[in-house]
Amino acid sequence: MKNDLNQYLNKQVQALPPSGIRAFFELVIGMKDIISLGVGEPDFDTPWAIRESAIYSIEHGHTTYTSNKGLLQLRNEIAKYLRGKFKLDYDPENEILITVGVSEAMDLAVRALLNPRDTVLIPEPCYVSYSPIVSLAGGNPQYLSTRKEEKFKLRLQDLEKIKGAKPKVLILNYPSNPTGTSYSKKELEAIAKTIHKMNLFVISDEIYSDLSYETPHTAFASLPQMKDRTLLVNGFSKGYAMTGWRIGYAAGPRPLLDAMTKIHQYTIMCAPIMGQWAACEALKNGETAISNMRKEYERRRNFIVDGLNKIGLECHHPEGAFYAFPSIQKTGMDSMNFAKKLLEKEKVAVVPGTAFGPSGEGFVRLSYATGMDKIKEALLRMRRFIKS
Amino acid sequence: MDPILEILEKDARLKPEEIAKMVKRNVVEIKKLIQKYEKERVILRYKTVLNKELLRNSSEVRALIEVKVTPQRDVGFDAIATRIYQFPEVRSCYLMSGGYDLLVTVEGKDLQSVASFVSEKLSTLENVHGTVTHFLLKKYKEDGDILRSREEDKRIAISF
Ligand SMILES: Cc1ncc(COP(=O)(O)O)c(C=O)c1O
Repeated sequence: MKNDLNQYLNKQVQALPPSGIRAFFELVIGMKDIISLGVGEPDFDTPWAIRESAIYSIEHGHTTYTSNKGLLQLRNEIAKYLRGKFKLDYDPENEILITVGVSEAMDLAVRALLNPRDTVLIPEPCYVSYSPIVSLAGGNPQYLSTRKEEKFKLRLQDLEKIKGAKPKVLILNYPSNPTGTSYSKKELEAIAKTIHKMNLFVISDEIYSDLSYETPHTAFASLPQMKDRTLLVNGFSKGYAMTGWRIGYAAGPRPLLDAMTKIHQYTIMCAPIMGQWAACEALKNGETAISNMRKEYERRRNFIVDGLNKIGLECHHPEGAFYAFPSIQKTGMDSMNFAKKLLEKEKVAVVPGTAFGPSGEGFVRLSYATGMDKIKEALLRMRRFIKS
Repeated sequence: MDPILEILEKDARLKPEEIAKMVKRNVVEIKKLIQKYEKERVILRYKTVLNKELLRNSSEVRALIEVKVTPQRDVGFDAIATRIYQFPEVRSCYLMSGGYDLLVTVEGKDLQSVASFVSEKLSTLENVHGTVTHFLLKKYKEDGDILRSREEDKRIAISF
């Protein structure tokens, strides 16, 4: 008899919903000559000065482990950046940890914070990994749905009405993947008040902070009384076009950072040194490159949002990141069906909103990290698709 | 710089309607501004950037020429620069600081024609008292454009 290998597998992992969208992704990847608005990373190459500094570091034999927490030079640069941008003071020795992307920082955070069955609140539609990492850490992810009518912003009245076990952690992400939604300082202050009242801890994924187009980004930790109850998570993937380098960081209260560092030290050791040197260069001299990319994204955003609204796919104005999240309800199709048909008929790839949580039904995510020519052509094809 | 100019400098084919959407302004306003820039000669003309390295039958020869000149009373370098840049062979002409005065780019159909332009036209000009000619062997990057064939999008076609 054949050995059933499933018997060996971890139950928790088996219980994770298979990313329902896997099959759709395979379909997209297998297809030729498509225009993809489904890519969640910048279309720019990493600025050359940053790449060049990594080459230099390799040439000079910087090929070793670094301290578990990451290169002190990089932590110093990050501390300087956070002070300069957000007036936030973190001790680079003890309150900043360099991680393998924001992905690792988020995972470490939930593992360091959660006891079995602790509840973590997650406004959705949201980035796909939040709920699985909470489950894997033994916690209980609880979605808070958000709505287009409120630009997918967290509803405080829902937060306050939470029933059942007292929640411990709230995961925030703004500007948001997939909705592009961000918050003004005033809106954040209102959220902060409720957080304080409910005695929650906040993990704030601000990976798109450099891609804010309307108002300057406000770091959640910079709000009154929030620094002690916030873990700031950020990285280099999006703003600096450095997805492949896998460098992110967490900044927060020392006890949490110590706990995270323990897990990091046993499981990862340290983030790759070449990427860390590159990130150093990014913070030192990357501002012009970033602002050029930001300008380009902003123009594309204006163009695509206008175009979507004109072809009848109602779309709110995203304040940041590089995603538009239009409603496709008028077509009468569900998100997955819309995405599949659009791919088949017009060879345009988008991500069904349901990939990001139940409130994503009726929406699709379009990435404008794509050249203007392709955006223009994709809009033409989508118009034809909707008319037919 | 005005974002409209930034946008047009990158892609002159974008229509005023499209630019209007990109900067969230009114089309009429954009059209007027473009006209104004054209009239003021801020926008000189619209052209296509060619990667001639890929054209097998293009046998242009280009040279950078350092020119030393004697400036003239009242008009400085301008008068002599004008004499030089009017030649159609001259593709660009800059006044420089440093070891020489004018940097002139000359283009011709072959080595011979560039050489004779320099020896017959340029160095014989009154006030020109020296030239150094550098022939260009290969272009890698010109005005911000890297001259190679287009690269494919290296990203996975779909990701979260
Ligand atoms: C909201 C959000 N968080 C985290 C990540 C992962 O980032 P990193 O490349 O730093 O691991 C992404 C990437 O798509 C994202 O959109």
